[in-house]
Amino acid sequence: MAETITLADIKTDEKSWWCPGCGDFGVLAALQKAVVDLQIAPHQMVMVAGIGCSGKIGNYINSYNIHVVHGRTLPTAMGVKLANRGLTVLAVGGDGDGFAIGMGHFIHACRRNVDVTYLTMDNHIYGLTKGQNSPTSDRGAKVKTAPEGSIEAPVRPLQMALASGATWVGQGFSSNQAELVELIKSAIGHRGFSFLNVISPCVTYNKVNTYAWYKEVLHTLKADAAYRTDDRQAAMGRAMETEELVTGLLFEDRDAVAYEDQVAGYRDEPLTEQSLDLSAAEWEDVLAELR
Amino acid sequence: MGELGWKIGGDQGEGIDSTGDVVATVACRLGYHIYGYKSFSSRIKGGHTHYKVRIADHPVRAASPHSEVLVALTQETIDKNVAEVRSGGAVVADAAFSPALPEGSKLTLISIPMAQIARQIGNPLTRNMVAVGASVALLHLPMEAFSAYVAEKFAAKGEQTVRQNLSALQEGHAAALAQMPDGLAMQLPKVAPSKRLLITGNQAVALGAVRAGCRIMAAYPITPATDIMEQLVTLLPRFGGVVCQMEDEIAAITLVVGASYAGVRAMTATSGPGFSLMQEGMGLAASAEVPAVIVDCQRAGPSTGMPTKNEQSDIMAAIFGGHGGAARVVLAPGTPEQAYRDIGHAFNLAESYHLPVIVASDLSLGEWLQTIDDLPLSDISIERGPLVSAAELEAPDAAFSRYQVTASGVSPRSLPGQAKGQYLATGVEHLPSGKVSEDPKNRQLEMDKRERKLVTLSQLECGTEYVGPKQPDLLVITFGSTVGPVDEAIAMAESSASVGRLQIRRLWPFPTSEVLLAAAAAGAILFVEQNAQGQLSQLAEMSGLHHPRTTHLRRYDGTLFLPAEILSAIMSGRQLATTEGVS
Ligand SMILES: Cc1ncc(C[n+]2csc(CCOP(=O)(O)OP(=O)(O)O)c2C)c(N)n1
Ligand code: SF4
Ligand SMILES: [Mg+2]
Repeated sequence: MAETITLADIKTDEKSWWCPGCGDFGVLAALQKAVVDLQIAPHQMVMVAGIGCSGKIGNYINSYNIHVVHGRTLPTAMGVKLANRGLTVLAVGGDGDGFAIGMGHFIHACRRNVDVTYLTMDNHIYGLTKGQNSPTSDRGAKVKTAPEGSIEAPVRPLQMALASGATWVGQGFSSNQAELVELIKSAIGHRGFSFLNVISPCVTYNKVNTYAWYKEVLHTLKADAAYRTDDRQAAMGRAMETEELVTGLLFEDRDAVAYEDQVAGYRDEPLTEQSLDLSAAEWEDVLAELR
Repeated sequence: MGELGWKIGGDQGEGIDSTGDVVATVACRLGYHIYGYKSFSSRIKGGHTHYKVRIADHPVRAASPHSEVLVALTQETIDKNVAEVRSGGAVVADAAFSPALPEGSKLTLISIPMAQIARQIGNPLTRNMVAVGASVALLHLPMEAFSAYVAEKFAAKGEQTVRQNLSALQEGHAAALAQMPDGLAMQLPKVAPSKRLLITGNQAVALGAVRAGCRIMAAYPITPATDIMEQLVTLLPRFGGVVCQMEDEIAAITLVVGASYAGVRAMTATSGPGFSLMQEGMGLAASAEVPAVIVDCQRAGPSTGMPTKNEQSDIMAAIFGGHGGAARVVLAPGTPEQAYRDIGHAFNLAESYHLPVIVASDLSLGEWLQTIDDLPLSDISIERGPLVSAAELEAPDAAFSRYQVTASGVSPRSLPGQAKGQYLATGVEHLPSGKVSEDPKNRQLEMDKRERKLVTLSQLECGTEYVGPKQPDLLVITFGSTVGPVDEAIAMAESSASVGRLQIRRLWPFPTSEVLLAAAAAGAILFVEQNAQGQLSQLAEMSGLHHPRTTHLRRYDGTLFLPAEILSAIMSGRQLATTEGVS
C-alpha cells in the first residue's frame, strides 16, 4: 500500500516571502490541506505558477513546480497535462497574471476544457510591482497608476469563465478555510477545466478591499439551499447580481468531456509512457503516401 | 543532361497549385528530378500567380529562369511571363480569352477552348486538366502515367469525377497534338521510373518530427510555417500524438515548455512576427533549462514584411533575440534531407543540453517541392539526454539537484511522476536545487553553467558542410536554401574546380574554427545571403573572420536567387582573388 501523504510531505523548507497577513497564506494552507485530503503524492502533481506575489506559492509546495513567465501559466499547464495525463495539474497566479497579460489564454483554456485546475489569487491589485491598477480593481479605486481613481470597468472573472464555456466555476475567500478546502478538492476532482477564483486580500497595497470589507459584503452560496450548480444561466445571473461578491461553487457541468478525451488518436496511457521509436514498417507506411 | 521548364499562370484561386502538383508528381514518378517554384501573394482570390516546374534528368536544386511551355489561363499570364519562354517553346492558352502573343513572337501559340471543353464534359473544374493534357503532348511525356495518377488522385471523389478528369486530360492532349507544328520537339531524355520522394522542406520537418518521437506540436497559423502544423495534424494522431492550434505564438511556445518539462518531445513552428512573440518563452526554456524545439521558417520582414516572400533575416533574432542573453542553439538546413536530419538533431540537442534549439529554415526551403532520394529511418536516432533514474532518486544517500553545477554545464533532470524527483523549474535565478536565489556567487555559478553548455556545444563538429578544393581561389559562404542556387552556380562556372562552397549548418554556437580554417585557405570570400544587413557575414566577422578580399551578394527584394546572378558574383569574386593575389 502506498504511504499516507501528510502535511510534512507537501511543505518545503523555504521561508515565506509574503507580507504578514497576506491572503496568500490562507490559499497556501487550504491548498496543502486539500492535497493531503485527496492524498495526491507530491511527485504526481505539477504546479504551474505565474509571476506576482501569488506566483511564489510554488516555492512552498513540495511537488513538481514550474514557475513560468508572467501570464503564461495556462498554456504551460495544458502542455504538462497533454504530455502526462496521469498527473494532477494546477495553474496558479494573480489577477494581473490571469486577467490582464494572460487573459487571452484564460478564455481559450475555458473553452478547451483540458483537465487542469486554475486557481487565481485575486487581490484587485498588482502586489509584486507595488500597487498598480489591476484588471479587477474596482472602478474608482485609488491606486498608484490611477491616483484619481480607476476609470475602467473591472473584469468579471467568473462571468468571463462562464461565458467562455468553463465547465467548473467557483470562488473562494482565503479567510474561509473550510469552504476553500472543499472548493479546491471539488475543482481538482472535476474532469475538465476548473476555474477557482480566490479572494486573497493584499494587506500592503489594497486599502479598500480589506478583510473587514469582504467580510461585510461577501455571502456564500452555501446559505442558499435552493441554488443549483448545474445551470450556467443561473450562475451567470448570480454572478451579475452580486457583482461577483459571492463564494462557493457557481457552476459545474458533470457531463462535460475533457479535451484529452476528444483528441483523435490520443491514448489513455500517458504520452510520456509511450515508445517514441517507429518501426521500419510504420515508417515505410508514412513515406508511401508521398511516393 | 536535359531539362525542361513548364509553367502555369493565372489568377489566384484558379487551382494553379494543384495543377502544378499533378505535373510535378507524375514527372517525379516517371523518374525525373523536380524543382517546383510557386509565386503567390498574401490573398486568396485574384491577382496573378504562377507555378513553375523544372523537370530534369539530373538533380536540380533551384528554380530556372526559363521555361519551354507556358500554360496561360489569362492574358496577363502571357504578358508577364512570355519573355522567359525560350525560343522553340510554346504557349498553351485558353481560347476563351482570345490569347495573343506579343507582336513578332516566334513562339508557338496553342489555343484550346479549355473552359468550353470542361463545360461540355460537365465539370467546369476540369479546365486545368485540359491544360495538363495539352502539356503532356507538348512535353512528349507518356499519357498512361498521367491517366493513372489522375484516376488515383480523384478516386475518393467518385467514379464520375475520375471519368470527367480523364476525359479532360485526353481532350487536351488530342487538341494540342492537332495543333502542334511538326518541328516542335521538346523531348526529355529517357529515365527509369523512380521511388524518389517529392517533398517540401516543411514536409521534411514534419516527417523528421514524427521520426524523432515528437508527439506534441503547438502552433498558431502563419505563412510559410503553417504546412508543418497541417502535416502533423494528419501524422501525429497515428502515433498517439496531438497538434494544438493555440491562441497565439506565446501560448504555443509555453505549451511546448510545459510538455517538454513533463517529458514529451514537443515542438512549435512559426515565422516572422510569431518568432518575435516566442522570444520570452525561449528565454524561459533557457533559464529553467527545459528542452524546446522551435522551427522558424523565415519570411521577409520586419513586422508583417512580405509574408509570401523568402528571406533569411531572422538569424540575429534567433541567436541574440530576447532579453538577458539566453543560451540556445540555431541550426540551418538548406535541403529537405538536411531539414529532416536537423529536426532529429534538434530534439537530441534540446534534450541533451536542456535548452531551446531553433531550426532556422526559410520559405524557399519550406514551400518549394523538390525530389529527394529518400528519408532513411536510420538518419535519425533518439538520444534523450541525462535523465536521473528511479534507482538514483531512491538511493539512501541521494541528493538530487536539478541544476547542479557541472563541467559540461548539463545536469540530469527528473520528470514529473518520478518519486523523489520533485523540483522547482523556474525562470527566476535559482540555486542548484531550483530554489530561487539572488546570491551573487550562485548567480555567477549558474549563469556560467548555462553558458558552458554553449562551449561544450561549439566543440561538436558538423557546424559546416564544405564542398570544393583544399585551397579554393574563391570560397562562397552561404546558408539555408541559398545553398541550392549557389551550388548550381558553381557547377555552371567553367572554372568550378577553383571555387569552394561552405554552408553554415549550425549558426549558433557559430562554428568559428571550421569557418576560420576554410577562410584561411581561400584566395577570396563571397558571402551569399538573403537579407539586407548581411547578417551571416556580420556573424562571421564577430567570430573573427577578417579576410582582405571579401565580397557580398545579397538579395532581399522578395524574388528568387537565380544561379546565373550568383555565377556572375562568383566570376567577379574570383577575379578579385587572382588579380589582387598577384600584387
Ligand atoms: C512580461 C512582464 N511584464 C511585466 C512584469 C512585471 N510584473 C511582475 S508581477 C506583475 C503583476 C502582478 O500582479 P498580479 O498578477 O495580480 O499578482 P500579485 O502580485 O498581485 O499576486 C507585473 C506587472 C513581468 N514580470 N513580466
Ligand atoms: S504585497 Fe500584498 S500580495 Fe504581495 S505579499 Fe504583500 S500583502 Fe501579499
Ligand atoms: Mg494581484
